[in-house]
Amino acid sequence: MNDFTRRTALKGAGATLGAAAFAHAMAPLTEWTKDLSLDEFLQRHYKELTPEEMQVILRRLEEETKREYGRDVTIQDLPPQEGVSFGYALNLSVCIGCRKCAEACHQENNHDRRSGNSYIRVLEMEQGSLDLERGNADYDHAVPAPGKYYLPVQCHQCDNAPCVKVCPVQATWKEQDGVVVVDYNWCIGCRYCEAACPYHARRFNWTKPEVPAEEINPDQGYLSNRIRPQGVVEKCTFCLHRTRAGRLPACLEACPTGARVFGNLLDPKSPIRWVLENKRVFVLKEELGTRPRFFYFFDK
Amino acid sequence: MDAALGRPVAATSPFPLLSVLVALTWCGCERDVPRRPQPPPGASTGVETVLVPEKLTSIESGEVDALGKPLRVPCVSCHSLKEPARMPSGPEALQEFHRGLQFRHGELACTSCHQADAPQSLHLATGEPLPMVEVVTLCSQCHGPQARDFRAGAHGGMTGHWDLSRGGRTRNNCVSCHDPHAPKYAGALPVMPPRPPHPPPSTEGRPHE
Repeated sequence: MNDFTRRTALKGAGATLGAAAFAHAMAPLTEWTKDLSLDEFLQRHYKELTPEEMQVILRRLEEETKREYGRDVTIQDLPPQEGVSFGYALNLSVCIGCRKCAEACHQENNHDRRSGNSYIRVLEMEQGSLDLERGNADYDHAVPAPGKYYLPVQCHQCDNAPCVKVCPVQATWKEQDGVVVVDYNWCIGCRYCEAACPYHARRFNWTKPEVPAEEINPDQGYLSNRIRPQGVVEKCTFCLHRTRAGRLPACLEACPTGARVFGNLLDPKSPIRWVLENKRVFVLKEELGTRPRFFYFFDK
Repeated sequence: MDAALGRPVAATSPFPLLSVLVALTWCGCERDVPRRPQPPPGASTGVETVLVPEKLTSIESGEVDALGKPLRVPCVSCHSLKEPARMPSGPEALQEFHRGLQFRHGELACTSCHQADAPQSLHLATGEPLPMVEVVTLCSQCHGPQARDFRAGAHGGMTGHWDLSRGGRTRNNCVSCHDPHAPKYAGALPVMPPRPPHPPPSTEGRPHE
């Protein structure tokens, strides 16, 4: 016992503390294998991937979807089109607040079925007011109710997007056609972007999304509607897996009143340009300088 | 025109090889640059069509067929054979098929739009006959602003392609959404009823820490 000096005791205590701290720091690794493959862990940022690497990743994601959800899906990575810049407009005079757009979004984008998630939130507003704080998204009665109008809000794909600026890891950015996207495999789930968005347009995957195999939309995009992992942020992408193939967004096709107008802002003959040139359009929270690509207008 | 202008420019360029090299490097593999070539300008593979709803050519009989599908009767099955009766003054006078028709469309009479001696056809304000399937033209006579917006693609909704060079699209007809006899758009019960945003996770899956 003579050998047991103060120095030895301190060494022993230090080593124990160090080992404990190291073990704690490495603790997340014990849960690693469950939903994170080595390939996924080592995957680089979207913009650094070569087309060949992206193909490998897409096939891997398709296999994972098949394994975990029991459905054969096609995941593509459609690039922005040359000479195309997307814009969206919504006619508040004809929107009746039926939430068909939110439902179409829910199905198209493979949202978690239990939470009933959707990128579109329809606010029931007092006629004559634009106070978003008093908009009610939880109405559940026949629409349109007297004295109310309905304001569907989704991602405005801002040209000066606060959500993009706050991301600490550049997991979200604006594409050349104006769509703000998220690399779900690069997102760390800090939710800064969700807090930064003045339109409450971003959603967080609290749980692993649950979608029955037969309800999964098999037409998927890497940056859009593929089934997101737990713990990442997601958002409306103007359905880029559809719109980059020339198709209309799902919410527009679902609208029973024709309130939605979508198209290429760079095409002078497009319906969206006609609306911007002939209707008195406005954007939400213009004073924030976010420069949205989502416009609202009234007929009269 | 473009080719005629383009060729001399290329030929007189002092560094033809250099410009090719620059062009090749420029359209390299940077991620933000679109990779997919676009159809040539002006290429149009898709067309825009306006829906012709069943109700413009047939009427519900109130019966169902063997598969339980509502049976519709084409307008011509009666209106081409029967001696046209006098056009009634209002829908309540109708005895067959069109019974129960609600009319809430201003001060119009049946003959304002329907031809008195051929009720399955329409006529314009000038008296010029108009086939039922061209009802959009009829509505446009009074509803100018809506017709203008419709022509511009900003009224009535559509499905298909925003980009007509990659496919067609289908526009709704006036009567797809508006009952011509009671055109005010009916309300609805909203879908996607509100739910708690974060329901408790199911029992399987990762245990809570």
